[in-house]
Amino acid sequence: MVDAAGATTPRAIHPLFVRVTHWVNAFAIFVMVLSGWRIYNASPLFGFEFPPGFTLGGWLAGALAWHFAGMWLLALNGAAYLAYGIVSGHFKRKFLPISLSRALDDVTLASQGRLAHAPGRYNAAQRLLYVGVILAVIVAILSGLAIWKPVQLHGLTAVMGGYEAARLVHFFAMAAIVAFLVVHIGLAVTVKGVLAPMFAGRAEAPR
Amino acid sequence: MKRSGLSTFRPQIARLERRLFLKQGLSLGALSLLSGCTLKDDDAVDRLLFAMSRFNDKMQAALFDPAKLAPTYTEAEIATPFPFNAYYEEKDVPRIDSETYRLRLSGLIADKRPWSLSELRALPQASQITRLVCVEGWSAIGKWRGVLFRDFLERIGADLTARYVGFRCADKYYSSIDMPSALHPQTLLALDFTDAKYGDPLRLRIPTKLGFKNPKFIHEIFVANDYPGGYWEDKGYNWFSGS
Repeated sequence: MVDAAGATTPRAIHPLFVRVTHWVNAFAIFVMVLSGWRIYNASPLFGFEFPPGFTLGGWLAGALAWHFAGMWLLALNGAAYLAYGIVSGHFKRKFLPISLSRALDDVTLASQGRLAHAPGRYNAAQRLLYVGVILAVIVAILSGLAIWKPVQLHGLTAVMGGYEAARLVHFFAMAAIVAFLVVHIGLAVTVKGVLAPMFAGRAEAPR
Repeated sequence: MKRSGLSTFRPQIARLERRLFLKQGLSLGALSLLSGCTLKDDDAVDRLLFAMSRFNDKMQAALFDPAKLAPTYTEAEIATPFPFNAYYEEKDVPRIDSETYRLRLSGLIADKRPWSLSELRALPQASQITRLVCVEGWSAIGKWRGVLFRDFLERIGADLTARYVGFRCADKYYSSIDMPSALHPQTLLALDFTDAKYGDPLRLRIPTKLGFKNPKFIHEIFVANDYPGGYWEDKGYNWFSGS
């Protein structure tokens, strides 16, 4: 954008509401995943455990305390973000339309280094992944509730396929979120100029 | 129960944090949160986690529906062998003489006369096949039979408006539950169960709570308004721990 004096000013990309909920969510996910790994280690579903040094809580009671404190932050912040996204039209503007074939085309272009990145506009692969990870967090919360309250919420637990199946759903929802984070954080720190706007809200002024 | 080994990764985490946050002039104080997390130090983070656990006690009590029943299962779904779980090894389970055994009663109870096993068996019995869910995450379906705890509390003249029912056990274990959960129609004072080693001769079976709220080898029951705590609860596990 060029103002009357001819100087360039940075363009707003991410609304303040999205930036705040993004970083609160980042902290909540960090707490939930690392404390969840420690809880998993108390009774592993599969033939492996997470390295204790990469978990949160120190022991099972500590990890549970973190997990059941963090869940409120994750759920309340997530609900605020979803309400904002729907009411403000943010989701409609930024995420739609979603197309799997175009997402694959964009991944191919990106792998060849030919995908143009327009600040503030998500490509088809981003749209698919962002909507996908929102759904994964929702599934993680619902399956977590099913594990936490298999009696009081036994209808929900039944939808998940019962208590033991809900544990598997919860695990794979976590795995999907972590897989997303590997790609998301990897790109956020390697693609130039995308991390700063998530704090400042504005693209860097063109030089 | 050892402290987290996260300290070994602290330099890497610090570098990552600097890159992600400090560059932008923000600090989330994430490192201090990582270190104080064992619920054993009286620091700000532990106090916050304890406060959240007390808040979760209240939320779970509010969510508890006294009419909502735990799902029941068939004989074919019973886990055999039923997993043993306690704070000690299986070989150290207490051996109790069923002839001389007496259940003691104390606290806000009108008739504190002790009970023998034959007297307890003479009361109307109920049975259930339900899922026991351990705080560790695993679960097992078992069968329990005994006295409906509500009937027993009414029969001994317990103050049903009191806040807590507490249990003291022959294995030095102890725990306590809220009165509404004690009065739930599936809460049993179990005399017969899937594997008698696991709590013989008397244990609580309460399918609306996690496994560690189902004390075994009970030798005393009391009713109180002062918070009695519990073996694991006093170490930092959530007190209500409802299912």
